[in-house]
Formats: sequence, C-alpha cells, structure tokens
Amino acid sequence: MGLPDIKTNLTDARLAAQPVPQSGAWLAAARDDALARLRAMGLPTKRDEYWKYTDPSTLTEAVAQSADVFDAADEAPLYDGIDRLKLVFVDGVFDVDASDDMAPEGVTIERLADAGAADIHWAKDLYGVLEAKGQSPVERPLAALNSATATDGVLIHVTGTPSKPISLIYRHADATSDATLHHVIKVDAGAEVTVLENGPAAARFNKCMEVDVADTGVFHHIRAQGRDHERRAVTHIFGRLGKESVFKSFTMTANGVLTRNEVVLELTGDDAQASVAGACMGDGAFHHDDTVFITHDAVNCESRQVFKKVLRNGAVGVFQGKILVQPDAQKTDGYQISQSLLLDDDSQFLAKPELEIYADDVACSHGSTSGAINEEALFYLRSRGVEKGTAEDLLVLSFLAEAIEEIESDDISEDILARLEAWLMRRRG
Amino acid sequence: MSLDVEVKDGVDQETVDAVKELSGTYKYGWNTDIEMEYAPKGVNTDIVKLISEKNEEPEWMTEWRLQAFERWEKMTEPEWAMVSYPKIDFQDQYYYARPKSMVEKPKSLDEVDPKLLATYEKLGIPLKEQALLAGVEAPEEERKVAVDAVFDSVSVGTTFKDELAKAGVIFCSISEAIREHPELVKKYLGSVVPVSDNYYATLNSAVFSDGSFVYVPPGVRCPMELSTYFRINAENTGQFERTLIIADKGSYVSYLEGCTAPQRDTAQLHAAVVEIVIEEDAEVKYSTVQNWYPGDEDGKGGIYNFVTKRADCRGDRAKVMWTQVETGSAVTWKYPSCILRGNDTQGEFYSIAIANNMQQADTGTKMVHLGKNTKSRIVSKGISAGKAQNTYRGLVSMHPKAKNSRNYTQCDSLLIGDKCGAHTVPYIEVKNNSSRVEHEATTSKVDDEQLFYCRQRGMDEEEAVALVVNGFCKEVLQALPMEFAMEAQALVAISLEGSVG
Repeated sequence: MGLPDIKTNLTDARLAAQPVPQSGAWLAAARDDALARLRAMGLPTKRDEYWKYTDPSTLTEAVAQSADVFDAADEAPLYDGIDRLKLVFVDGVFDVDASDDMAPEGVTIERLADAGAADIHWAKDLYGVLEAKGQSPVERPLAALNSATATDGVLIHVTGTPSKPISLIYRHADATSDATLHHVIKVDAGAEVTVLENGPAAARFNKCMEVDVADTGVFHHIRAQGRDHERRAVTHIFGRLGKESVFKSFTMTANGVLTRNEVVLELTGDDAQASVAGACMGDGAFHHDDTVFITHDAVNCESRQVFKKVLRNGAVGVFQGKILVQPDAQKTDGYQISQSLLLDDDSQFLAKPELEIYADDVACSHGSTSGAINEEALFYLRSRGVEKGTAEDLLVLSFLAEAIEEIESDDISEDILARLEAWLMRRRG
Repeated sequence: MSLDVEVKDGVDQETVDAVKELSGTYKYGWNTDIEMEYAPKGVNTDIVKLISEKNEEPEWMTEWRLQAFERWEKMTEPEWAMVSYPKIDFQDQYYYARPKSMVEKPKSLDEVDPKLLATYEKLGIPLKEQALLAGVEAPEEERKVAVDAVFDSVSVGTTFKDELAKAGVIFCSISEAIREHPELVKKYLGSVVPVSDNYYATLNSAVFSDGSFVYVPPGVRCPMELSTYFRINAENTGQFERTLIIADKGSYVSYLEGCTAPQRDTAQLHAAVVEIVIEEDAEVKYSTVQNWYPGDEDGKGGIYNFVTKRADCRGDRAKVMWTQVETGSAVTWKYPSCILRGNDTQGEFYSIAIANNMQQADTGTKMVHLGKNTKSRIVSKGISAGKAQNTYRGLVSMHPKAKNSRNYTQCDSLLIGDKCGAHTVPYIEVKNNSSRVEHEATTSKVDDEQLFYCRQRGMDEEEAVALVVNGFCKEVLQALPMEFAMEAQALVAISLEGSVG
C-alpha cells in the first residue's frame, strides 16, 4: 500500500525547505538511511492514531511559525549554583565563544559537524541506529526527519565519571528560527554522567538524542523547557540500557504553545533501571504532550513513568505511555502514573496509558487520575490562616512533588522547585 | 476437570449437580440434525431483500436495510484491535438459515418442532412456561425467566408473552416487533447505534435476521427476568441478530443473554447489535454469558464475535449496568458502551474476559459522560492462559458540560503461563475540572503464596488455580444475577481447562 498523497506532499514540501546536508563520510550514509525511512513513513498528520491528541501540522509544515523572543533576564537563571560544563547553542547552532572548553576529564565531546567528516567514528554505530530501532512498532517520522537533516549537535562519549554535569543551553535569538539538533551520548561500562538541558532553543525546535548506556553505566538527564510562549518543540530521546545500568530522565515544562516530548527506551540488559518523569505547568495557549514507550527485553528490570500536569486557562495536557514486556522479560517491575490537576473548566487532560505484556511473572501497574484541587485540603490550609492563592500554590507544588522526587540530585531538584515556585508567584503577580 | 462446589444454605443437591454437570471441556459442541432452509451463499442486495421478505417486513424496513448495505459496501474492516485472524470472505457464508419446520410460523410453543425444543432442553433452556432454574430456592413467582430462543437466523419462540403483556411489557422477536409495533421500532431502531456506526454494525443493519425486542412501559417494573438464548447450529452460517430494548420512564428490566455453538473446524461469523434506550428514572441491567465455541487447542474453528452494544441513558437519573462473562469465541471484539446523556445518569460495566489456548479477546467499554453529575464505574478482569491474547480497550470521556461527574476504572489482568499476553489500552479524555477520573490497572501472575496455601490443603493445581481465579473475578461475579453467577463461576474453571502444567 502506497503512502497517501497528503503525506508524500507534506514530506516533499518539508524536505524542499529543509534539505538533507550533503557532507560527511559515515554521516552521509546515516542521513541517507534516515531519509529512506522518512520517505517510507511520511510526516504525520492528525489523522494518525499516534497523533490523536496532538495536531502535528505546525511541527511538520515547511516553514516554521515565528515566535517572539522573550527577555531571558526577567527570570532567575536555572542551574546557576551548579558547577557545570556549558555548551551553548543559539537558534540551533553551536556557539563556540559562549561555550566552555570541551575537554573535561572522563569524557570526550565533539561537534556533529566535525565528527561527521571522519572516516571512522564510534557514533557511526549509534547515530540514527537507535532512532531506527525506535521506529517499530510505532512510527516516529519527525525523528527520522531529524536524523536525516540535522546539521549540528554534540557527540558525547563518557568513559569515566566527569566531575561536573554537561549542560546544554539552548538560546533563542531569532523570532523565525527553525532548529534541528541531534545529539549522541555513549556511556561506557561503569561510567556515569549527568546531562542538563535548558532554554527555548528556537521558534521551532526538533531535537533528537540517542543514548546508549552500557552495562553498569549511569545516565542522568534533567531538562527544563520553558519561556517563550509561542515556541514549538518536538523532541525524541532514544535510549538503550545494558545490564545493571541506570537511566533517569526528568523534564520540567512551562509555556510554549506546543511541545511533544517522546521518550523511547529499550531495556536490553538484566537488572536495568529506568525512570522517566515530567512536571508541567500550562497556562493559556499551551499544549503539552508526553509520549513514552518503554520496552522490557531483559529479566528483572524496573521502569517508572511519573507524569504530573497542572493546567489552567485552556491548557491541554496529553500523556501517551506504554510499557511493553517481551516474552522473556520475566520479573519485570513496571510502574506508570499520569495525573493532572485542572485548575479551571477550560483545560483538558487526554491520556492513553497502555500496557502490553507477554511475560507472566511480572508486576506492572498504571494509574491515571484527573480532577480539580482538593477542596478539603484547600479548606484545611485556609482554616490555618494561609491565604487562598498561597494555599493553592502549596497544593500545586505538593501535587508536582512526586515527579520532582524522581530527580536524584538534591541540588538540582531544589533548583527545579525554586523555578516552579517563581513561576507560580509570577502568575499571581 | 472436577470442580467442588461449596454447598451454601438454601442450595440443594440438584443445583450442585447441575453446576458439576457444567464441568468439562466445551459442553455445547454437539449439533442438532435438522432440515434447514438456506438463502444462497454470500451477501448482495438480493439477499438483503430476501431476508426482509422472509421476515414479512414493511417497505420502510427493506429500504433501511438497503441503505445500510450500500454504505457497508464502501466501508473497510477495522484493523485497530489487537486480534489477528485470516481474512474473512464475506461472500463465502450463508446469511440466512432457518429450520424448515419454522417456515410456517408456529402459533404457539406447542407447535414448535420437538427437535428444536429438545435442543434447548439439552442446552438447559427449557422453552416451557415453568420455573426454570434447578434448585434455586425462591418463591414461585420470582423464579420465572421469560426466554426468546434464537436458532440460527430465526426466533423459535418466546415464553411468558401473555403474562408479560398483562404488565404491559412487550417481549417478542424483533421480526415480530417490526410487524406488530412498527411505531416503536421506527422511533428507536438505529437511534443508539446508527447505521453508519462501524463496519460490523452496518453489516448487521443490512442483514440482521432476527433478535429480541423489549419495551417496558412507564413506571413498570418488569415482573420477571427476560432472556435471549442464541444458538448457532448451521455450518458456514453467520448469525446477525439485533436486540432493541426500550425502558420507558421509571421502568426497570433485567435482561440476560446466553450463547453457544457447535464445534466445527471452520470459523463462523457472529455480528450482533444491541441497542438500549433508557428514559428518565429507568434502569436496565444487561448480563451476558458468552460461551460461543472457542475453537480447538490449535485455534481451528470457533466463532468470530464482532459485537456492538450500546446503552443510551437519555433521561435524567437513568441507569444501566452491563455485566459480561466472556469465555467463548475464537475472536472477541466487543465494547458495550454507555452514553450518559441525561443528568445524574449512571453507567456500570463489569467484565470477566477469559482467553485460553489460541483465543483472542479485545474487549472493554466506553463511558461517554455528557450530562451533569453523571457517574460511571468500570471493573474489568482479564485472564489469559495458553497462547491467548487478552486486551482491555476502553474510553472514558468527560465532556465540557458533564460537570461534577465521576469515573472509577479498575482493570486487572492475570497471566497463567508464559506464552500468553495481557494488554490494557485505555483512553481517558477529561474536558472539565469539576469531574474526577481515576484509572487503575495491574497485571500480575497467579500468586504463588495463594496457590501454595490451596495446595497445602490438598487441592490439585488446577483446582487451586480455579479457586484463585474465581477470587480474582469475585467483584464481577457478584454483579451477576444469581443463576448466571453460578454458571459463570463454573465456566471460569472450565475455560481454564488444561492451562496449568
């Protein structure tokens, strides 16, 4: 069966506006493969089941909608108290001058643009490879588009335990920027790294991150997507977990007219642990979609999905989560929770929490709830003299706490919490 | 498999024996040797017209069918369910089959072919107006269950019609209702499940041959339980029945549905539509024990069961409760739904779905909350054994105007053996903030400690598993009318036959 014309046309138009770069040795081949995948799938439309709750049209159209740049200085900077290695991208282009020296201990970092030209490179075995694997059983055409067309990004090879986190900072300078970044991270056996991300990135941002965590490796990821009300973003994380490895990712989102964050993990080694969490606060024209797909392919692994959304003034929160347990993945412990707090009647929560299980000795559960602020809890706080707005904020923060607790580092979780509090304060003026 | 039934007070030996009788492998696999009359194989406008003609339908009904058929021809089969089966050749089956003895409609049950009566007798559904259920201790008048018996494409007979008529309740076959009560049928048919609803419902609208019709007038509490028993007997024949239940203001009715089919090597199609209209303050309970032939251990034969069931709570404070025990069929595709349109309406869905051997079940419910203060509750228990796949698929939708509504969903899956699968696919859509939605799901295996405890007390492994499974299903079994609960409990054990070890 051929691709419907609408998809072919959509894909052609986009590729005309954003052509596949013709450079790089191994990278050129990887891009060609990705292009073939994209052409076979076509870009998504809102009629696709996987896009039932999120209209992808502004993510797929040839020219990005513009988004005003907001003043970054009107908000306390995030991660400021944390000693970190800063790598800065402005509208999706690496900014050498604004970035730190890329030669810390225990890790090698290269720009995609530089490494792509080498004849042999470790990233060859990962770039577009984990993404291609993640295309089944559900297609993710925007990730294939990313692999085919990304010109920048970093390749991070973690061989030991770097002394400080690697911080990717995405600045937005041009109101019409359309950025595509592709990062590859390889964590060797026994190595450990923390990757931080923050910033609005561009008017439209397509980011893909492929993460390979070898046996006993540890990967921590904390990201803050915020600011710029009109920005749009689609991001993918493809992770592969080896034996006894740890993968933890947390995302905080506020603002942004459209965000779709997909996380696709495959637990391939026994005793691996994965956690994917998110806290989001949406106000007004805000559509936020968390789509997570975790495949258990090994014995005695644990995975957790914890997502919390606070929505008001017509904001829409979406959660599509799946735990797939393959036939031999016995002793799997899978947990998934998605909850929304609707602060008014205009907001919506749309969820599809799925389980697909082919092994019998497992304990998998999911829960999903939606509702308003608990009146009794509010009354309790009010009766103790807490002013109404403050009481609401306290309840919102306590609601989000379970997701924030998934962050391992106390320093970072405090930082995230402070940012959320500041947002709540600002909202109340 | 033997099954020990706990003897409770008020349950005599006869009941115990009756339930024991049920134990064993598929018990209803025999067929009735009876002369049949078939319409030519396949489906086309001539067949649609023929079915309409056989049922002596008025023109508007024929027209309605033809429009459905025209629409169906342009539709494609849905593929989203987690079931796989060979492509169905819709032209390679019979769409109409009736016993020759039914060509001249019997005027009363006494005139019905003794072979047919014997068939139902053997199935444990005597078509006699007498107390029906073995050993259930209850006063005479409470023991009555009126039965509409459907054999392949036709209704064989309906019991207690006169007594029901005295109360104003109309209970008859749908073909009779089309002839005798056209105003009711015209008003309600297709109003809950529109002709365009889905592939199988549209096909059903074109070719349904018979089914049951119930109308309970305002303020009437139906004096007895009503039931339909569906039997597929003929080979290569699809059964397409249509049930329409109307509970007028302030009325109440409890409806039971049972189904079986002979053991055959080729798969057979069953595509039914059930529509329920519930007006202000009325209440309907609909219970199903679905025990179609599931196919053999290698997945040969069995019924493909594609069913559309929906209840529309039109008036304020209307209530509906679906209870289903799904143990049969090779493929089940069934989502009994509740449209909670009126304010303060309530929908409940209790389900046990058991899939063993090569069975595939994709079943669940839709709760569509449109009115204010509406409540729904979903309790689904899925059990997979052998190489079976069992999926819960459901929707809970809170519309912007459904203020202060409430949903609670619990779906649990139990896996017996490492070759089967259990899946959960819920859709949750919340569009107002005064409503609360809670969804919980778990998947686990039969608890080793519980098994060990049972084994220690001298039960063999299969018995122990049956007991644990019955415990797992308890919440749903309790929602069934008593006589159904007994049957269901025994069925749960039978369906898991051979799943251990």
